[in-house]
Amino acid sequence: MSDAGNVEHGHDHPKHELSHYGKRIYAIRDLLIEKGVITEKDIQCQIEYQEARSPANGANLVARAWGDAAFKGRLIADPKSACAEMGIDATAINEFVVLENTESVRHMVVCTLCSCYPRPILGRPPDWYKSFNYRQRAVVDPRSVMREFGLNLPDDVEVRVHDSTADIRYLILPLRPKGTENWSEADLAKLVTRDSMIGVMDPLDAIPE
Amino acid sequence: MARGHHDIGGLPGAGPIDQSEHTLSDWEILADAVNQALGARGVKRTDEMRRAREEMDSAAYRDMTYYERWIASIEAILIEKKILTKEEIDRKLSQFESEWGEP
Amino acid sequence: MNSATQFKPGDRVTVKFQDRPGHLRTPWYIRGKSGWIEQVHGEFRNPESLAFGHDGLPKKTLYLVAFNQSDVWGRTAAPKDKLLVDIYEHWLESSAQERGVLSHE
Repeated sequence: MSDAGNVEHGHDHPKHELSHYGKRIYAIRDLLIEKGVITEKDIQCQIEYQEARSPANGANLVARAWGDAAFKGRLIADPKSACAEMGIDATAINEFVVLENTESVRHMVVCTLCSCYPRPILGRPPDWYKSFNYRQRAVVDPRSVMREFGLNLPDDVEVRVHDSTADIRYLILPLRPKGTENWSEADLAKLVTRDSMIGVMDPLDAIPE
Repeated sequence: MARGHHDIGGLPGAGPIDQSEHTLSDWEILADAVNQALGARGVKRTDEMRRAREEMDSAAYRDMTYYERWIASIEAILIEKKILTKEEIDRKLSQFESEWGEP
Repeated sequence: MNSATQFKPGDRVTVKFQDRPGHLRTPWYIRGKSGWIEQVHGEFRNPESLAFGHDGLPKKTLYLVAFNQSDVWGRTAAPKDKLLVDIYEHWLESSAQERGVLSHE
């Protein structure tokens, strides 16, 4: 676990072992600060901003939507406002679209051209989302990708793959698991995995007590 | 013209999805933060960075890791905009390397 | 100030096959393919121009365009499956082809 507070001084690991570009970013950083292009505070703020973002934000949105039909409606109609209701800062997203999964439809998101992802909500994307294999396969054979994540869908379920090529950022609203009637939001949120909000899998099953 | 090395949707030959994840190193966190800080200050646009990665050497694009590609594109755009020069980055790096010691 | 939106939901469209230098956000695999407008996203600065330090103006209309998977890849996909791509207006043209004809290509 890296210590974000020490990034700027970097005393904690052997720099001479870094790759070519790994070393170069330290030189670039110092020069940019010396020249007043950015400040140390800018960098620290960005680190903190990113650390504060995680799939928990998305899980909380989904859990509330599952339990509150009116909120779900607001989340789909105006996702940025619904985020603001819950104290989640989605202002950095230009356009935000929530895609609702149902018994008959599943959505999946990919960025084949690079790695576009709803970072202000979910934090950084997982390595696999950015991988060549995912970017190549998701659009042509999404069901094989889903099978790797444990999701097997019959042909009568429609799979809709979104290639996120522009400024729209997509979040999947997964299907609420059966057997979760009357569950608290906190317990519901535990079933909402990051990968279910990308669409490669369904949320976790409710395990009976 | 041909399809860009980044334009890979649907290309055959892809293998299984490696679902393992790695904790970001300090240099990756720094690359991410520098990129975001430059954007917040209006120094560069996301599409300029994407274009720089598209213009990279194709073999390098495939071989470099994700954040290495980001650092390469940060450098390319800063040099293109005449904010930094390659020579001064090289000089600063030499200075660091003598401080950090030889591998 | 901006020209009227050219397409509306339901319109049949074909993605132009353009091959030119620059920062293009229309993926290769979808060029030349035909589908339909699912949604009008609105107007955005043109990434092709932003990529070279210009202001991206005038804004271009961005559409959510849907395709049958079987029409895109020329193979048997699960028949209901769809592919949806965010595509700018200048990459689209009206398609005269009927959906039924597309599926049998």
